[in-house]
Amino acid sequence: MLQFLIRRILLLVVTMLITSVIIFALTQLLPGDVARLILGRDASETALNALREEFGLDEPVPVQYVNWLGGFITGDWGRSYSSGNPPVRPLILDRLSNSLRLMLMTLIISIPLSILLGVIAALRENTWIDNTISLVSLSVVGLPEFVTGLVLVNVFALGLGWFPATSLVSSNHQLGDWLRILFLPAITATFVLLGYVSRMTRAGVLEEIRKPYVRTARLKGLPQWKIIVKHVLRNGLLPTITVIAISIGWLIGGVVVIESVFNFPGLGALLVEAVKQKNLPLLQACVMVVIFFFAIANLVADLLYAVLNPRIRLQ
Amino acid sequence: MTPVIQASQLSIDYKLGKGWANVINDVTLGVEPLEIHGLVGESGSGKSTLALALMNYLADNARISNGEVLLDGSNLIGKSADEMRKIWGHDLNLVPQDPLASLNPSYTIGNQIAEITRLHEGLPRREAWNRAVEMLRQVKIADPEDVVKRYPHQLSGGMQQRVTIAMALSTQPRLLVLDEPTTALDVTTQAIILDLFRELIHDNQAAAVYVSHDLGTVAQLCDRVTVLYAGEVMETADVHELFAQPLHPYTAGLLASLPRLTEGTETRLFTIEGIAPSLTERPPACVFEPRCPVALDICAQEKPPLEAVDGTGRRVRCHRWQEIRSGELEMQIMPQGEVTSAPPRRNQILKAEHINKRFGEVTLFDRLLRRDPSYVHAVDDASVSIQARSTLGLVGESGSGKTTLARCIVALNEADSGDIELCEMHISNKLKERSQETLRNLRMVFQNPNDALNPYQPVRQALERPLRLLSDPKLSEQEISQRVVDLLEAVRLTPEYAHRYPSELSGGEKQRIAIARAFAANPALVVADEPTSSLDVSVQAVILNLLKDLRAQHGASYLLISHDLDVIAYLADWIAVMYLGEIVEEGETMDVYDPPWHPYTEALLSAIPIPDPTQRQGAIRLEGEIPSARNIPHGCRFHTRCPRKIGDICEQQEPPWRDAGNGHFIRCHIPIDELIELQSGATNAQANEGNR
Repeated sequence: MLQFLIRRILLLVVTMLITSVIIFALTQLLPGDVARLILGRDASETALNALREEFGLDEPVPVQYVNWLGGFITGDWGRSYSSGNPPVRPLILDRLSNSLRLMLMTLIISIPLSILLGVIAALRENTWIDNTISLVSLSVVGLPEFVTGLVLVNVFALGLGWFPATSLVSSNHQLGDWLRILFLPAITATFVLLGYVSRMTRAGVLEEIRKPYVRTARLKGLPQWKIIVKHVLRNGLLPTITVIAISIGWLIGGVVVIESVFNFPGLGALLVEAVKQKNLPLLQACVMVVIFFFAIANLVADLLYAVLNPRIRLQ
Repeated sequence: MTPVIQASQLSIDYKLGKGWANVINDVTLGVEPLEIHGLVGESGSGKSTLALALMNYLADNARISNGEVLLDGSNLIGKSADEMRKIWGHDLNLVPQDPLASLNPSYTIGNQIAEITRLHEGLPRREAWNRAVEMLRQVKIADPEDVVKRYPHQLSGGMQQRVTIAMALSTQPRLLVLDEPTTALDVTTQAIILDLFRELIHDNQAAAVYVSHDLGTVAQLCDRVTVLYAGEVMETADVHELFAQPLHPYTAGLLASLPRLTEGTETRLFTIEGIAPSLTERPPACVFEPRCPVALDICAQEKPPLEAVDGTGRRVRCHRWQEIRSGELEMQIMPQGEVTSAPPRRNQILKAEHINKRFGEVTLFDRLLRRDPSYVHAVDDASVSIQARSTLGLVGESGSGKTTLARCIVALNEADSGDIELCEMHISNKLKERSQETLRNLRMVFQNPNDALNPYQPVRQALERPLRLLSDPKLSEQEISQRVVDLLEAVRLTPEYAHRYPSELSGGEKQRIAIARAFAANPALVVADEPTSSLDVSVQAVILNLLKDLRAQHGASYLLISHDLDVIAYLADWIAVMYLGEIVEEGETMDVYDPPWHPYTEALLSAIPIPDPTQRQGAIRLEGEIPSARNIPHGCRFHTRCPRKIGDICEQQEPPWRDAGNGHFIRCHIPIDELIELQSGATNAQANEGNR
């Protein structure tokens, strides 16, 4: 198990290194001269050179990479190109905390709901209940987030007024304020996840429930709920864990559409801004953070998988 | 005595499309206390369905359409789910066919055994756990305190099956249903498990239903036997009476189709013609009539009743049982005809020398830690040779390396080292470097015919392919079509089979096609890996006869791999016994089946369940499991399990090859003379026991 853990963490480090190279290389390929972009078309050649020197843009690309990576690891994530050149790190950490809240809220709503629906659908396989669950969960997945998001806003925010239509985040929010702000965006994201996770759960449960060990459990005289909860779900949920892990990365950096529908200040929106402005330090750091969470989520999923599955844990 | 379980006129249907198809028809069967009742039948006979129905456990798409099942006099049919939950696990327990799949992979052994006593006896967690340890000790698991904490996949097949037995016995049930509990096990482990059943069922005052297709284990274990065919009882009798004089033609046919050690290699096996009817095509009168060698007109018109044979509790369903009993009707069940095979020529078809094969690769961690990677040493310096027109049988438990050796010879695995000569020509160990001529001369028949044929190719294409690719000189289209017809005829199938797809064939028919394909290009050597182990007894006889006929007609040689010593004895002229990647004994068949033996061969022979209740199987049992090929024991690799180990020398030195004469060699530290002395004593004791 220890060896497994070390192997996975090493793998995580290697993944991060490789992606850092890719991110850096790709951002170099973005069109346009950074110095001119910052200083404007009329800037003099000396001013441009001075700026290039300040940001280290005159150095050869590999040196720039090493400097950047070294800075990133030691906590100096560079300064933004936007006016005033504020440091990138507090900017990102601020948005990250919002994104993490949204992710958490989404997972709290979507995981129990979709697993429950998946199990019910599996136990009532090919009945009208199963068909209804499949039809509804798949059709919500099919709808784009801006459609479901706008409908929710119209009904529950503008119509009923239960929730705010836009997310005005401030630092002195209480838990209740947060819940009200997060609820509609989280529901929108849940709609996207519901189909995947519940279908995965349904498939996992159906595969396990036909296995001979379930017959063994029945012939022990165990009650139905215990057979499902103790025996079937323990094995049937393993594939679902992987799906959830992948969706965590998406929830942190990929919910740009939802963030813009609700005007939510998350990491995704910041990322898009950075791309538009060709704000390289901001962009690079954003992507690194998103990928880091992606990798961590997968690591946690792998570990959880191993903990739940002795065949992997005790090779 | 009142029976523990009594099924009366039980009929079961399966849902098929919109209607119902009958699987079990009018079965009456009782099991008395302490009785082990054998339920014998071939695949599709409904034996497992019936056994589970005795527990009132049915598949979702099944229903009981008639009859009752009484447990200690109270009818189970119609009981509610809640009522059944109190009975399942408490009075009725199952020992399943596939122990690994029947245990939950995610919980410890202790958790799974304790679950049943906590539920039914309300034992607290700790006590239930201690009871689990106690139960494991009862099924003779060494070190139960350790095993109880392990997970199913960490145990060998034999250990897993002991765990399910421990689980089934832990509530002291009234009836155990043993559903082919040894089918997935090696013959050596099977012998130990059968011993356990004998002892424990008695000790626990239980009764048991033993479901099996294997008449050998039934003869060795059961008190009474019911023979099932197409969902109906053909015959129920005391085991001695049944094996002494079967009264139903089907039972007689089954018994006669078994290959036995004592038969010479010149005879053919009795076969039951035709195949068992499918669910929807059951004959309306006697279900066995279409395949019965002694059927009369009445058999096709009127269903015979299940008649009691005067007072003995014996019952039989046949119009002609009285004639059979009195001897008026003599059934042609003696082996049919003889095979005249040309005497083996003395030139060698195959010579494979010093074959080595290791599996495993160097991982990153091995490199970082500079440690030796753990290899699986599957074949270790094994040499075999096969004479023209003869058969070499390769025997051993699973994990002995016999299949890997065969795959190295046909180059499906590339041997790490070793020389292979085919027809006295050196051939490469790599498949890519082998010539068309070599490929044509060396063909393989696989264990599982279902996987060996492309499901999207008709039989014609499967047979044409080797003809087109490998025939020399090239054949014309007309010749190819003619050859396909000839090949089908050679495996006793009609030409119309050429247009069928594998899904339209039975298991036995598929294996015949696979054999025809192997023979398509007139090979010199056919490697057959367990060719009958996935087939029913009556089908096995057909395939074995076929292999024998083809050898005589085509003059080909076989390398036959099997764990079944009876099958080997029937076909092989020469035998090599493998253990942990090494050949430990070889010689002519007749020599290998008589002392002196390598102690391992002796144990294998001793474990064979003899299909005759008057003869007890041998008493030698191999304790422990075959060691992992990652950690091969030093010295003689068999010393960890050897019942005849003589001392430290076995652990320290590799044993020498000892010559027993006539090309019979044994790799053992014990001199030949001593082996003869030790083992002839053992066979006498065995014979005496048999005569008791």
